Amino acid sequence: MHIMEGFLPVEWALFWFALSIPVVIWGFVRIRKLFAEQPEMKMSVALAGAFIFVLSSLKLPSVTGSSSHPTGTGASTILHGVAITSVLATIVLIFQALLLAHGGITTLGANIFSMGIAGPLIGWMAYKGMNKVRMGLVPTVFVTAFLANLATYIVTALQLALAYPTDGNAMTSFITFFGIFAVTQIPLAVVEGVLFVMFFDYLARARPDLLKGKLIIKDRAAEVAGAAVEG
Amino acid sequence: MSRKAWYTVGFGLIIAICVAAFMLQPGAEFGGADGQGEEEIGNINPDYQPWFESLWTPPGETESLLFALQAAIGAVIIGYFIGNEHGKRTALQKIGDPVEVQVGPGKAEAADK
Repeated sequence: MHIMEGFLPVEWALFWFALSIPVVIWGFVRIRKLFAEQPEMKMSVALAGAFIFVLSSLKLPSVTGSSSHPTGTGASTILHGVAITSVLATIVLIFQALLLAHGGITTLGANIFSMGIAGPLIGWMAYKGMNKVRMGLVPTVFVTAFLANLATYIVTALQLALAYPTDGNAMTSFITFFGIFAVTQIPLAVVEGVLFVMFFDYLARARPDLLKGKLIIKDRAAEVAGAAVEG
Repeated sequence: MSRKAWYTVGFGLIIAICVAAFMLQPGAEFGGADGQGEEEIGNINPDYQPWFESLWTPPGETESLLFALQAAIGAVIIGYFIGNEHGKRTALQKIGDPVEVQVGPGKAEAADK
């Protein structure tokens, strides 16, 4: 999803910055408030950020014969919501833009929007909806992580299509870019979904307090029994 | 199925998906999709000139180093968390605190203090 340095025309670069900056500022405010009120949540935020660090550094091979990144934003979306996730994604994207020449400073706004805001937002909507109808941990976490990843790349395709319409037709470009990103991304989104299901299953047993009020854990009795046996 | 078995299935699935990529596309280069996107921009608009260059582009080996560093930073934090939780549980078990050990949430809260 990294749009390379200098590859967005100035007006589009500014446009995506204008959309992203308020969300990131809101995220900073949320983090400060969270740390002030619940300092014990620092570890949880660090953990969510750590997953974004690890997963977005991995270039995984996909069935299309090309490689791409997971985004790792699913856990953060469930644990802390979209705004805080956008801050964590921004840290990673700045690291990659300055030290790895992946993405860039001029395209930072667009990349924050796709990876830190749009992807997590789509994931968050699915998470909220599935949690509401009590779908349980496994499907909810899987779909959230899967969609946060896939939506990020669909938005990247959209951003490139808007900036580079084919003979004035953005739709044609979108299909082209969608073809490059989406199919490559599907298996990686599945990988990410499976990984986060396992991690949240672990969290539900080891630190259910971190998931309190955030995820409905159906298998309550089995869980307590499991904790007792393992504990 | 036990949790261990489920975790084995989960990690097995992750590895299988990555390995399947190589089996389905033998001999593919596995270049980055980001780079393909960049090429496609050149196809759509051959006249486009990037108007800004990366401030610093690491040499190939250094790039690998920095990617590994990024993964390592994250992995250290995740490892610290899991190890810390494991240690807390073991410690509680050792001092023989039956109530804390049996009740999941209570255990975690007590350990936080």
